Amino acid sequence: MPFPWISRRGLLGTGLLAAGTGLGPARPAAAQGDDTYPTHASHDGLGANLTVGAVDHERNGFDPSAVLTDWETGTLETDAEGRRVRSFRITAVDTEIEIAPGLFFPAWTYNGRVPGPTLRAREGDRLRIEFTNSGSHPHTMHFHGIHSARMDGVPGAGEVNPGDSFTYEFEARPFGCHLYHCHSVPLRRHIHKGLYGAFIVDPDPARHPEAREAAEGRLLGHAANARWQEFVMVMNGFDTNFDEENEVYAVNSIAFAYHQRPIRIERARPVRIYLVNVTEFDPINSFHLHANFFDYYDHGTTLTPTFRTIDTVMQCQAQRGILEFSFAGHEPGQYMFHAHQTEFAELGWMSLFEVV
Amino acid sequence: MARAWAAITLAVVAAMVAGFLWLKPFDALTASVPATEDVAFERVTTHATGFRAVIRADGSEPVAIAQVLVDGAYRTFTQEPPGPVERLGRATLEIPYPWTEGEPHTLAVVTSTGLTFDHVVEVALDSAGLGGAGILHLIGIGLFVGFVPIAVGYGFLPILRRQGAAGRDFALGLTFGLLVFLLIDTTGEGLELAGEASGGLHAEMAFWTVSLLTAAALLLVARRGGAAPEGGRLAFFIALGIGLHNLGEGIAIGASISVGEVALAGFLVVGFFLHNLSEAIAIAAPYRGAKVGAAVLGGLALLAGGPAALGTVSGAFVFTPLAAAIAFAIGAGAILQVLVEVGALMLQLAQGREGALQGPAALGFGGGLALLYATSLIVSL
Repeated sequence: MPFPWISRRGLLGTGLLAAGTGLGPARPAAAQGDDTYPTHASHDGLGANLTVGAVDHERNGFDPSAVLTDWETGTLETDAEGRRVRSFRITAVDTEIEIAPGLFFPAWTYNGRVPGPTLRAREGDRLRIEFTNSGSHPHTMHFHGIHSARMDGVPGAGEVNPGDSFTYEFEARPFGCHLYHCHSVPLRRHIHKGLYGAFIVDPDPARHPEAREAAEGRLLGHAANARWQEFVMVMNGFDTNFDEENEVYAVNSIAFAYHQRPIRIERARPVRIYLVNVTEFDPINSFHLHANFFDYYDHGTTLTPTFRTIDTVMQCQAQRGILEFSFAGHEPGQYMFHAHQTEFAELGWMSLFEVV
Repeated sequence: MARAWAAITLAVVAAMVAGFLWLKPFDALTASVPATEDVAFERVTTHATGFRAVIRADGSEPVAIAQVLVDGAYRTFTQEPPGPVERLGRATLEIPYPWTEGEPHTLAVVTSTGLTFDHVVEVALDSAGLGGAGILHLIGIGLFVGFVPIAVGYGFLPILRRQGAAGRDFALGLTFGLLVFLLIDTTGEGLELAGEASGGLHAEMAFWTVSLLTAAALLLVARRGGAAPEGGRLAFFIALGIGLHNLGEGIAIGASISVGEVALAGFLVVGFFLHNLSEAIAIAAPYRGAKVGAAVLGGLALLAGGPAALGTVSGAFVFTPLAAAIAFAIGAGAILQVLVEVGALMLQLAQGREGALQGPAALGFGGGLALLYATSLIVSL
């Protein structure tokens, strides 16, 4: 039984968790007066490797289930020379986020969420990112991409003091799955506090006649892209007691979020995952898919896979890539995916696909 | 006039306390300092289906237990009573877990602010084996480490008696050495336990206060008639002191067994048996060779050794570090009192005898300490 756990929310709400698990009823919650306190029992009496309670996503201001697909495409205009100009507005703010039920982390964020908004553009777009620092420390936005030194977002080039603003301007290239993060010092503290996000540049099919179909499948808004089920997953961790070891690991910040609310996958449609590793303190993180194999495009900068037919991939910090796979031949059910560092998995980086 | 001053002083004290509590004039100094949290694990037991941890909230603020980790993995758990744990308040965590017998496991709580506090279960063994038969076992262990060695140790009395004054001096020297050892040992163990208790309880200070008050009270009671206790009365107080010490020892043994920290109980019991043999000589020493009835000796052995059985049972079921530290404090105080009285007796007997404290008495003192040290090596809990 991959899912020997049940929550009050699951019982009263969507019924998602109870469906298909064949579990008996959870222990009555009468003894517990509060949603954030333990209310769970497992069917075998030996407990489960999970957190107890529920994270208040509304108070956090972001929901991990929504973060998977909420592409921030900014506003698109055409300038006098006929070039596509895409603008984004990003604000750095200090905010406390609940990363596991009842566990609060004093984060530094882009737009109040961790990871920051998933910025998505098309190869060749002129990007204008207006960055305002409303936090308590100087911050930057350092993009992994091709740009000038002036736009690098490091101390001395685009670092923004609290209360100030700066606009980063560069062309979206190369196409691929990238990231941005704060590059102020102390670097480790600025990154692990939460200042990072995914930056996706879709290929422009017109520039890749040799692989036009593959490029169209990647391009958000193109008809060929519509059948794909795309998700962004930023692998991260939180050192809550500041001992330079993470107490919580996750994709998109909330421990066990997709274990407690599995990600729905339609069997008939292929899956594409934009995977980014920003985990601090550990040299690598990894992604392992159960009962299936995937093709992997390292950095997403190619239209043919770097690895074919693998079920585990590892990434160092800031490494990222695109995973493509399909559950077309599988029977419906819950399929795990998680870090194959079991330590990370048991500390929150454990997830499920609900294949229907 | 004097009364008026006292009344005014009391009023000023009351006004100042009220003023500091309500007006909080110095809070600005600490306003930006985050609350300090602390969690002490008071008692962790292992059961067929998992662990039960009694925790106490320490520090300046209530503590909310957000999550629980076992061996570095988040685990489902329940908390009773639920909600934040008030400062110095207690809560019980039930953590279902498929633990592995004989292997160590690490429990940790993560508070709402992300701090972690952990506790190592050194050797996981089922504490539930302590049912009805368990109690009898615990009593048996208590009697075997407390009462039996004293009863057996009386067998050394005839040979000491045959040595006359030398035997008497040797016995008193040995008693003095034994008491010194027990005082140091009891104080050390008591302070260690006090250190395990949550810091907000100031258990170390409680230890010193209780032990000194106990010593003073016993000294006063023993010398109520004006004279220092001698003979049978001194023997009674020595037995009482040793008994209170053995109560503490019993608590420590019972607690260790119940939480699975003692894997080699048999070895431990034999060690304590050897360790406590010489207590018989200490109890009989004040009689200085005079005939004593078997019933009296038996009663004294029960007084000195019986509390160990009380300790093993209570330590296994109602142990908290603070309560155990207080038990050790009472024991230390009682030993301090008899140490004073035995010392006084030895000085009195030495009067007019050149070098009386250098022969058999010194041998007994040194030998006693060495013997106790050697046997203590086998009984480290």
